[in-house]
Amino acid sequence: MTSAVSFINVSRHYGEIRAVDGLDLEIREGEFFALLGPSGSGKTTSLRLIAGFERPTTGHIEIFGERAEGIPPYRRNVNTVFQDYALFPHLSVIDNVAYGLKMKGVSKNERRATAEEMLELVKLPGYGDRSPAKLSGGQRQRVALARALVNKPKVLLLDEPLGALDLKLREQMQEELKDLQKRLGITFVFVTHDQGEALSMADRIAVFDSGRIRQVGTPEDIYRKPRSRFVADFVGSSNVLPPEFTERVAGERCWSSLRPEAVRLVKSGGHEATLVSSSYLGSQYRCVFDVGGREINALIPAGAKLPAEGDEVRISWNKSDLHLMEDEA
Amino acid sequence: MSTANAAILPPRSGPSGAASDAFWRHPTLLLFLLLTPPLLWLGIVYLGSLLALLAQSFFSIDHFTGRIDYSFTLDTYRELFTTPANIDIIVRTVLMAASVTIASAIIAFPIAYYAARYARGKWKALFYLGVMLPLWSSYLVKIYAWKLILAQEGILNWIFHKLHLYWLMDAYLSLPVIGGHSLSISYTGTFLVFVYIWLPYMILPLQASLERVPDNLLEASSDLGAKPSETFWNVIFPLALPGAIAGSIFTFSLTLGDYIVPGVIGSSRYFIGQVVYAQQGTAGNIPLAAAFTIVPMVIMGFYLWMAKRMGAFDAL
Amino acid sequence: MRSDPNTRSPLTLKIAAAAGLLFMHLPILLIFVYAFTTEEKSYQWPPPGFTLRWLEVTWNRADVWQALWLSVRVAAVSTAGALVLGTLCAAAVSRSKFFGRESISLLVILPIALPGIITGIALRSAFNLADIPFSFWTIVLGHATFCIVVVYNNAVARFRRTSGNLIEASMDLGANGFQTLRYVLMPNIATALLAGGMLAFALSFDEVIVTTFTAGQQATLPIWMLEELVRPRQRPVTNVVAMVVVLVTFLPILAAYYLTKGGDNLAAREK
Repeated sequence: MTSAVSFINVSRHYGEIRAVDGLDLEIREGEFFALLGPSGSGKTTSLRLIAGFERPTTGHIEIFGERAEGIPPYRRNVNTVFQDYALFPHLSVIDNVAYGLKMKGVSKNERRATAEEMLELVKLPGYGDRSPAKLSGGQRQRVALARALVNKPKVLLLDEPLGALDLKLREQMQEELKDLQKRLGITFVFVTHDQGEALSMADRIAVFDSGRIRQVGTPEDIYRKPRSRFVADFVGSSNVLPPEFTERVAGERCWSSLRPEAVRLVKSGGHEATLVSSSYLGSQYRCVFDVGGREINALIPAGAKLPAEGDEVRISWNKSDLHLMEDEA
Repeated sequence: MSTANAAILPPRSGPSGAASDAFWRHPTLLLFLLLTPPLLWLGIVYLGSLLALLAQSFFSIDHFTGRIDYSFTLDTYRELFTTPANIDIIVRTVLMAASVTIASAIIAFPIAYYAARYARGKWKALFYLGVMLPLWSSYLVKIYAWKLILAQEGILNWIFHKLHLYWLMDAYLSLPVIGGHSLSISYTGTFLVFVYIWLPYMILPLQASLERVPDNLLEASSDLGAKPSETFWNVIFPLALPGAIAGSIFTFSLTLGDYIVPGVIGSSRYFIGQVVYAQQGTAGNIPLAAAFTIVPMVIMGFYLWMAKRMGAFDAL
Repeated sequence: MRSDPNTRSPLTLKIAAAAGLLFMHLPILLIFVYAFTTEEKSYQWPPPGFTLRWLEVTWNRADVWQALWLSVRVAAVSTAGALVLGTLCAAAVSRSKFFGRESISLLVILPIALPGIITGIALRSAFNLADIPFSFWTIVLGHATFCIVVVYNNAVARFRRTSGNLIEASMDLGANGFQTLRYVLMPNIATALLAGGMLAFALSFDEVIVTTFTAGQQATLPIWMLEELVRPRQRPVTNVVAMVVVLVTFLPILAAYYLTKGGDNLAAREK
């Protein structure tokens, strides 16, 4: 498979601050790729490096195998959906969408027609003559999307595209974005700090921390087999267990992670534990157990009778569910 | 792969495409091109002139020939500070600037306070324009209006006559220092015009700082048992002070340097601006005029330094 | 009253505020009355009669027209210069952070923050030293210098409100630097520049302190008025000119106010 975007040892430093630090990454053609990380981890800077708004301090970026060094944003066949949408306030919706075509010198009739098509694609037909200021947040987001897609970019970049929307709209847009990406077959690269969003939408995820990538993989990989404490902590609600504990329960001295749903109550065997607290979540209980001074979160299916808080119980998990991590950090 | 589908588009032909690419690759080049014209202008025309002025103050004038002697000397400054008349002028100007400032603050406060805390919607716009229009209307016309008002046969005296209060005006004019033959040739007249002209400069920053006082702060104060007057002195006044100081920078500085107002309305005693004007013009003593301008510059430098320490710049 | 500060205000405050506003406006209104008085030798109040004669007399005065024409030309050229220089400066300051950025703002504001007489005499002594004779251009040189700040303030405020993302969005969509300037930047800052230009025009049109030092024998309208103030010779004509000046400066101010209603800087004016 061709790679759509490659980072080759890319760094972006602002004086002492290393926003992006020695990045190597391949994003494949046709992928829905997520850059996930806390704020200030370098994910947005990486996106801006692809778009050409930032220049690497060292290293370089290739877009479909072509070096992007010294190429200004307007010569990269890559378009961006901005976090605040950045719609032109002085232009109508249709002129916003047609802007890219106008810059290319497409005739007026043709660009109007294409822009209308784009508005239909994002389910805003007939909104062309409105002013962006008169649209709701969700509608603005769709206009931004149509505007970025009108040039048929090779890669579409999305900077926290759903960040400003409320929960319900957000879930709906997640579906639509995924659907759109499948239909158009364009490579999508999107930045988010929301692990749930990344897990549910992306084909692959890169987890960022302090300007570096901690792990790249499919959502399942990232969720089930975090390579490091940081990834385990940031993605999902896994129990992150220190080497001493791991050694006691699994015989190996390294950090490990254990997903809460892998923990179960057993009559015998397993480990002695005390139920510290529990809360009812509908289909399951969220429980906190104390195992030899270490707190372990667990999700126990509702239905079975739960012991009382303070009771001595035994808990266990499949050996394969305790994931041993390679990296320290 | 066709160009339409390429990941990297070819450069646009023509000089504008090339120039645009070059600016993107070298942002400092663009910055340099943007900054060069204004910096050259301000650097040469303005700073150059100021330096020329400063240099002139270190020359001296030959009092017999009236020619300027272009060699470094502190004589001009010595002349400036040892002549009692000059000291009088400086003291008079500073006192005038101070009283104008205080009076402006007192008159400005209710306007600024009302505009900031009570005026809403249409009234707010009206207040804004009500301050803005006098601020921007012609300086000379404003002085001229006061010449009309204060004239012997003008409207003010007419009002006093009609109200049978002319004895009051007479009594006022017979006061020492602030009185005089008539209002238009007294310090009071000069003072009134100064206050009138610079008042908007006091209102705007004062209003800006009052607008930043949250309503709930006042509610909190009254909630804690403060009487309105206590709320004013303990809460509003300290918060409005930076605004008043910011405004005073204008009223003070503008009064210090003005030479037209006291020339048109006032006694014949000189203020700094008038001396500078007279020295460089009729007297032809540019070194002394230059040295005299250093006085308001130094006073303002000191004043700005004090104002900065009191946090007035945040209110500008 | 403290519990509901937005609706009720103390009567004394209302009176003091109203009195303050009247104090600011009545003298200007007086100008309008005097323009129509029949009295020509003194400033007599109340005016003994009403006449439109002085409008006609003023209309036929060549010296007034000359002064007005000079003022308009100076203001137009100075405004054009200030627009270019102020916009360039604002663009540089708001587009990037560089060493000495703060000093540039200070340098731009200085010509108007220092008393006008200092700017005036500094220019004059520089002209003297450099042997530059007074001309139209010496006036413009001074005016453009202190007009830069008005344009600059308006442009900087607008640049700050125009999100940098718009420029990036434009470039992202394939517009090069010049296209971005034409299709995104200019439409977004145009009204601010127009407002700044009008204020600069008003400022230059009305300026007298610096002008007395840079004009030599030429008379702009304010200089013409100043002479009438110091040595009144034609009171009725002066009255009419004063009224016209008030009207002429009000229009750009009102226009600038409506153009920048969103919160730009109209208040940045000093002598």
